[in-house]
Amino acid sequence: MSVYQPPKIPTSEITPKSAYLSRRTFVGGAAAGLVLGGTAATAIAAPLQAKPGPYKLDEKPTPKEAITTYNNYYEFGVNKSDPAQNSGKFKPTPWTVAVEGLVNKPKMFGLEELMKLQLEERTYRMRCVEGWSMVIPWIGFPLKALLDQVEPQGSAKYVAFETVVRPSEMPGQSGFFQPLPWPYVEGLRLDEANHPLTILAVGLYGETLPNQNGAPIRLVVPWKYGFKSIKSIVKIKLVEKQPETTWKNANAKEYGFYSNVNPAVDHPRWSQATEQRIGEGSGLFQARRDTLPFNGYASEVASLYAGMDLKANY
Amino acid sequence: MPSIPALPRRLHGPSIWALYFLGLCPAVWYFYQAATGGLGFNPVKEFEHLLGIWALRFLVAALVITPLRDLAGINWFRYRRALGLLGFYYVLMHFSVYALLDLQLNLGAVWGDIVKRPYITIGMACLVLLIPLAVTSNNWSIKRLGSRWNSLHKLSYLILAGGVLHFILARKSLTLEPSFYLALSALLLAYRPVRKPLVKWKRGLGQPVQSRG
Repeated sequence: MSVYQPPKIPTSEITPKSAYLSRRTFVGGAAAGLVLGGTAATAIAAPLQAKPGPYKLDEKPTPKEAITTYNNYYEFGVNKSDPAQNSGKFKPTPWTVAVEGLVNKPKMFGLEELMKLQLEERTYRMRCVEGWSMVIPWIGFPLKALLDQVEPQGSAKYVAFETVVRPSEMPGQSGFFQPLPWPYVEGLRLDEANHPLTILAVGLYGETLPNQNGAPIRLVVPWKYGFKSIKSIVKIKLVEKQPETTWKNANAKEYGFYSNVNPAVDHPRWSQATEQRIGEGSGLFQARRDTLPFNGYASEVASLYAGMDLKANY
Repeated sequence: MPSIPALPRRLHGPSIWALYFLGLCPAVWYFYQAATGGLGFNPVKEFEHLLGIWALRFLVAALVITPLRDLAGINWFRYRRALGLLGFYYVLMHFSVYALLDLQLNLGAVWGDIVKRPYITIGMACLVLLIPLAVTSNNWSIKRLGSRWNSLHKLSYLILAGGVLHFILARKSLTLEPSFYLALSALLLAYRPVRKPLVKWKRGLGQPVQSRG
């Protein structure tokens, strides 16, 4: 079952920049401050040029305001509104990403260099392990484009990722009570990392990434639960053995290494059969929709897991 | 001993009704907000969680009444029934929102959750255990049951412990808010076994020296 449509029009045409600008002018500085709290970084987001990517969804993108004010980013706090409210102090530039490990040409990439790669618009579904979902127009480039530059060695089987640690700019990383150990770490099998759907995103809705969504550069793996898509990446390491991952370390019974979206495998504490599409429905009446295997990307990625027991490898 | 100005007796009844009224305000306010877009982008979940938190607050408050009198000399026993019943009403609303609006009356899913997911099993058990307490929260039952009423209402300790456990297990990781309720409830429950000797000892202190022999 293919759920993809050929590229039609870029998101920037669906929701023109001028529309946001006129809305912002209309709302006015004070009101915008009230509604968006500390989202100063959103306001200074720069427009990004990108060509339409090879994957396009025929589903309505979730409103930008929902994407930028309702999400998880524990480095800024554990509530859904915390990332938008507490990420104002975070400095996404200057930035470097170290790509190292089992590679022939380890390299420290500056953000400017990465932004010069061929950027594409990729509108993907995002399914949170908590049972809600969005449709997000990312801008980014395939992770493979980066990995090819450093030439992974034959012994490299996995890719390990690491988020920045900056307690002074990330309130969730400082203080008495911290929900997770830092840095946040994630990992993919090399073939998952090289899959054309896997991207490093540097933008959202036609602009650079807001701090609360993982500025300046984050992973997006649309067929896996959202927590696999690690944010604010500073290190990418090619390794031989399956790397440590934060949520698996926190609770291995509930969060596996693979964490592919799978309606047939429940989270021990809740069903994964359905999801709440954020921004759909009105007020207290919000229909749930069925969750699709591999988040609807089965025709592209199911072959990666041929012969594997997906109940055991959750 | 700290004391607060005593409320005139004629205001005792009205103050209890005021508590019921004020206690139900959060539910009405959050319902209005959820229906008009004031609770963010996942209003059903938010509404559900807020009702759960308020249920826990009232259940905690009901168990604060006894130590408040023992230790601070403030007698608010006339409000205990209202606090307990408000807790029950919020638990009921919390469950209704979960079943009606969150799972949209998919009874198979509700039943599946109850039997398969320990934190929902615990939450549901607390709701069921609250029913006999709510039903007997009237003067007639107190007279009729006598000392058995006291024994029955000791279930409130188990219910509070279950409620806090339900809250902690529902979260992805142990965060500040559930930890706060865990600590507070642990304190309130740990107070019960030491209560009698403590009160005896305090009374002893207050008496003239010669009466102690």
